Amino acid sequence: MNTLGLYIPGEGPMYRLSAGTKLAGLLAVCVAVIVLAHPWVSLGLLAGAVLLYPAVGLPFGRVLGVLRGLWPFLLAIGLFQAVFGDPLTAVRLCSQLLGLVVLANAVTLTTRVREMLDLFERLARPLARFGVSPERVALVLALTIRSIPMVAAAWRAAVEGYRARGLSGRPYLLVTPLIVQLFRMAEATGEALVARGIDEDGHA
Amino acid sequence: MLRLEGVSHAYEARPVLRDVTLDLAEHRIGVIGANGSGKSTLARTLNGLVVPDAGRVTLGEWDTRRHAKHIRRRVGFVFSDAANQIIMPTVAEDVEIGLRSRRLGREETARRVDALLERYGLAGHRDHPGHLLSGGQKQLLALASVLATEPEILVCDEPTTLLDLRNTRMVHRVLDTLEQQVVLFTHDLDLLGAFDRVLVVDDGRIVFDGLPADAVDHYTGLMDDRLMDDR
Repeated sequence: MNTLGLYIPGEGPMYRLSAGTKLAGLLAVCVAVIVLAHPWVSLGLLAGAVLLYPAVGLPFGRVLGVLRGLWPFLLAIGLFQAVFGDPLTAVRLCSQLLGLVVLANAVTLTTRVREMLDLFERLARPLARFGVSPERVALVLALTIRSIPMVAAAWRAAVEGYRARGLSGRPYLLVTPLIVQLFRMAEATGEALVARGIDEDGHA
Repeated sequence: MLRLEGVSHAYEARPVLRDVTLDLAEHRIGVIGANGSGKSTLARTLNGLVVPDAGRVTLGEWDTRRHAKHIRRRVGFVFSDAANQIIMPTVAEDVEIGLRSRRLGREETARRVDALLERYGLAGHRDHPGHLLSGGQKQLLALASVLATEPEILVCDEPTTLLDLRNTRMVHRVLDTLEQQVVLFTHDLDLLGAFDRVLVVDDGRIVFDGLPADAVDHYTGLMDDRLMDDR
C-alpha cells in the first residue's frame, strides 16, 4: 500500500526532468487553466493528465487511487455548483481539480523526495538572511511527509483498540488514544533526530 | 572509553538511576534488567539523550553535559521501535540524511548509502517507503542509518524486543559482525552468550557485573525472588 504518492522507481521521460522543471510546469498549467476558466480546457487538462500516466510508464491504477481519495469532494463541489450555479461550472471545477491533482501526483511519483527537498532548500535560501534555516525548512517538509503514514498507523491502532473492546457509536472515544499515540510518536521521532545528530544546529 | 561517575537521575520524584559508576571498555557489553529497572535511562545517558541530574558521563575528554553533539557523533544509538527511528520517506533517503552534515559530496554520499544498503540486504528496497518494510528490515534500516555516520560505539536499547526469532537472529548476526564497540540493552538473554561482560540493573543500580553466564544466573535468581515476594 502506498497512499502517499511517493516516488516509484522508473526511467521514463518525466524521470529525466529536474524537480524544478516539473514543479514550474505544474505551476504554469495551474495558472493557465485557472486564467482560461473554460470547461473544454479543464476537460482537456484532465484527459491529458490521465493519458500522461501510460505515456510515461506510470501505473494507471494510481489515477484511480487519486479518484478514490477525491470523489467525496468532487461530488460535493459538483452537486453544489449544479444546484446553486450552473452545470458547466460544475464540470469545469471538477475536471480542473481532478486534472491538477492527477498531474501533481505524476510529479511526486516521478521525483525523489530528496530532489524535492533539495529544491525547497534552494528556494528557501534567500530566507536565511531573515534567520530562517533552509535545511530546517527541508527537514520539516520531510518530516511532514514521513508523518502521514505514522498518523494513519496511529488512527488504525486507535480504531482497532476501540473495536476490540466492543465499542461502537462513540467515535469521540478515539480522540484520547489517538492524541496520546501521536505525542509518543512525535517524542520518539524527536529523540531519534537528536540521537542521529540531525538538526542539532538547525542543520539537517 | 565511556565512563559514568556517580550518575543519578530521577523522573520528577521517582529515582531511576542511583549513583552508577562504570567504565565501559570491553568490545561487547550486555545490560539486562527488568522493565522499569532503569535500563533505558542508563542507555540514554550514554550518548547524551538523557543528561543525569547528578554525576557525569564522559567519552575521553568530552562530557555529555557540555559536549553532547560531539559524543553523539561517536556514539550511535538504536531504539527498540525502529519505526520511530525512520525519519525520511524512503530507505535510501533515511540512510543518507545522517550523512548530510558531513558534506561529503553527492557521489561519496551515494557510494556510502549504496554500500550500506548492499551490506544489510536492503539494496532492493532502496526507493521503497521505510515504514512499509518488515519489522526486521526496519531494524536493519535503523542500524544502517546509524552506522552510516561511522560511530565508534553503538548503544542498542532492546533492538530485538519487537522482532520474531528469525529477525532477532538476523539483527544479532549483524551486531556480531560489527567492528564497533557494542553496548546492548536487552531482555534476550540468548544474545549475550559470547559477550565480554554483562551488567545487571535493578532499581537503578548495577547489582551485578561479570561474565554472561553468571550475570544471567544472578538476574534469573533475582526475578525468581521477586515472584516469590509477590505471592
